[in-house]
Amino acid sequence: MKYLDEYRDPEQCRRLLAEVRRTATQQWSIMEVCGGQTHGLLRYGIDQQLDGCVRLIHGPGCPVCVTPLEAIDFAIELARRPGLMLASFGDMLRVPGSRESLLAVRGAGGEVRIVYSPLDAVRVAQQNPDREVVFFAVGFETTTPATALSVQQADRLGLDNFSLLVSHVRVQPAMEQLAASPDNRVQGFLAAGHVCTVAGFESYEQFVREYRLPVVVTGFEPVDLLVGILECVRQLERGECRVVNCYERSVAAAGNRAALAVVDDVYEICDRPWRGMGVIPGGGLRLRAKYAAFDATKKFGQAPLQVSEPPECRSGDVLTGRIKPTECECFGTRCTPETPLGAPMVSAEGACAAYHRYALPTAATP
Amino acid sequence: MSERLELSCPVPDSGAAEQILLAHGEGGRLMRRLIRTRLVERLGNKYLDALGDAAVLPACDGPLVMTTDSFVVSPLFFPGGDIGSLAVYGTVNDLAVAGARPRWISLALVIEEGLPLATLDSIVSSIAAAAQRAGVQVVTGDTKVVPRGAADRLFINTTGVGKLIEPAPAGPASLAVDDVLIASGPVGRHGMAVMAAREGFDFDPPPTSDSAPLVEAVESLRAARVPVRAMRDATRGGVAAVLHEWAEASGKTMSIDEGQLPVAPEVRGACELLGLDPIHVACEGTMVIAVPPAASADALAALRRVPVAAAATAFARVQERGFATVVVTRAAGQQIPLDEPLGAPLPRIC
Repeated sequence: MKYLDEYRDPEQCRRLLAEVRRTATQQWSIMEVCGGQTHGLLRYGIDQQLDGCVRLIHGPGCPVCVTPLEAIDFAIELARRPGLMLASFGDMLRVPGSRESLLAVRGAGGEVRIVYSPLDAVRVAQQNPDREVVFFAVGFETTTPATALSVQQADRLGLDNFSLLVSHVRVQPAMEQLAASPDNRVQGFLAAGHVCTVAGFESYEQFVREYRLPVVVTGFEPVDLLVGILECVRQLERGECRVVNCYERSVAAAGNRAALAVVDDVYEICDRPWRGMGVIPGGGLRLRAKYAAFDATKKFGQAPLQVSEPPECRSGDVLTGRIKPTECECFGTRCTPETPLGAPMVSAEGACAAYHRYALPTAATP
Repeated sequence: MSERLELSCPVPDSGAAEQILLAHGEGGRLMRRLIRTRLVERLGNKYLDALGDAAVLPACDGPLVMTTDSFVVSPLFFPGGDIGSLAVYGTVNDLAVAGARPRWISLALVIEEGLPLATLDSIVSSIAAAAQRAGVQVVTGDTKVVPRGAADRLFINTTGVGKLIEPAPAGPASLAVDDVLIASGPVGRHGMAVMAAREGFDFDPPPTSDSAPLVEAVESLRAARVPVRAMRDATRGGVAAVLHEWAEASGKTMSIDEGQLPVAPEVRGACELLGLDPIHVACEGTMVIAVPPAASADALAALRRVPVAAAATAFARVQERGFATVVVTRAAGQQIPLDEPLGAPLPRIC
């Protein structure tokens, strides 16, 4: 299959693995920012193959994981209201809120619908004029264009029964927070390829100048991941730090201008709390004032909610790469995909879920 | 008494008969007519024609094998099949992989009020064609109609009986180190076909279900005297579920070479797009066969002689129990434990 087989070629993988091992004269700590990359690395066992020369640290790039508990609890409260339908990406359903998940609300009769595109939620609102439809808009730069488009579409159609619960996040401010932290151990970043497809990578030039850390735009297939790691290791060995695009087949320097224009029309940058990481300046997006009519928090009045994180869950440490999921005491025991304590054990891009799925059992019980 | 009941039947005999009514399940004339004209006429044989409460079947020398399965697939029709043929092949295949030659099946229909009669006709015709292809007779049945909303259009249960043909496979507990595991065809087709049809995904070409009887493929292995250790049709949970079960039963590790697992390009494309792994996606006409290494070439040759297994491929081996029950080797060359998904990624596919 074109665009797939060449990036999963065993011979290429072997060659690249050998090249990384040959190049690294010491163990380097490299953060893969995106949860999709974490899954790729573990699914193909690349982390194990590079043991000793590259320590891969998973980053905060799982939108479901960093969605604040307040937002999830508000979504749950909305879903319980009669006559209201909450639409969401499937991943969000099993994430535990303070007391329950959206899946539990659905089981109890709440109308919670999985959609594959926010535009499907607009269609549902159009077909059900007597129902309120709220789309739970989570995600990084990758998903914002589609949710922004849904707002424009609803506006054009004159829908007054469609709104968005916005919890969009921006990845670069989170990288800045990590890089600026006094206990930062990350020596180089694999930037999230799909985010860069939309956002481009020009903004990383300033980041690199400021923090003196290499940033390599990296894809998700094993060959992509290894090419990105090799580039990062080469820079580190030479004492360089540059922005390099190793995902050229889908990323352009300026990103997707059309998508960015739609996003800019609908959203503005705001400070946002990230689950496990606290408030990140400029770390989120909110609807612009001209689209306030589509803001579910204004429409339904988000009352201050009492939220409580399970005290045992160390998702904050996991999301910032301070610990590996397997170093959490609850991993695989009190916290499993069946009974998750935190979001990283639930989401398809969650680091804990990735380790639970692919890591060797010996890694869990050292 | 019955005469008076028929005369006072509140539903007219003709005209209203475009769709299933509650009266079709209430034992009156409408129900008898439905059974005679729409079911027996299409499925008839000497056992069913008797319309008794139970079928009296001929004596059989040797052990019998029996299985049952219910079918709730949505949508009722999908590329490559429908709920009717699926209900026949699903049960027939359970018998075949248990080492039996399927003979008879029962057919129980739970119909939601309002199902168009044309839909029912087309499904019953499909059942008749499938039964003929699989070499089984529908010998008894039942029809129930439930009010709107109490079921989703049509649910089917089939129970199958077959004759065990010796020597039957010893079963997964007998798996030994170096045994070869063969997939009888490309995996994941049924699950993706149903998913694409249900969600309205416009894949081009669309994935088609592999729904088909495996009887011929099993007969071909038997005729070639292949010493089969175990066979399983890879339905819910796909090939991965079979291997997890076999690993547990045998105490060994099943080791998959991902590059060897046969996957149709359209299934692979759809899976990539949706973030699914074809190894977890259901098949309805594809089985996994375990044979000793010396019998592997014969098994592949016997399978490939039959159209339904023309693409049979060896994709895994049995190893001593290692660090995980099922492991997979992917492009980067590292053995990784194969995960078992929590629940079905795709509900109501059979």
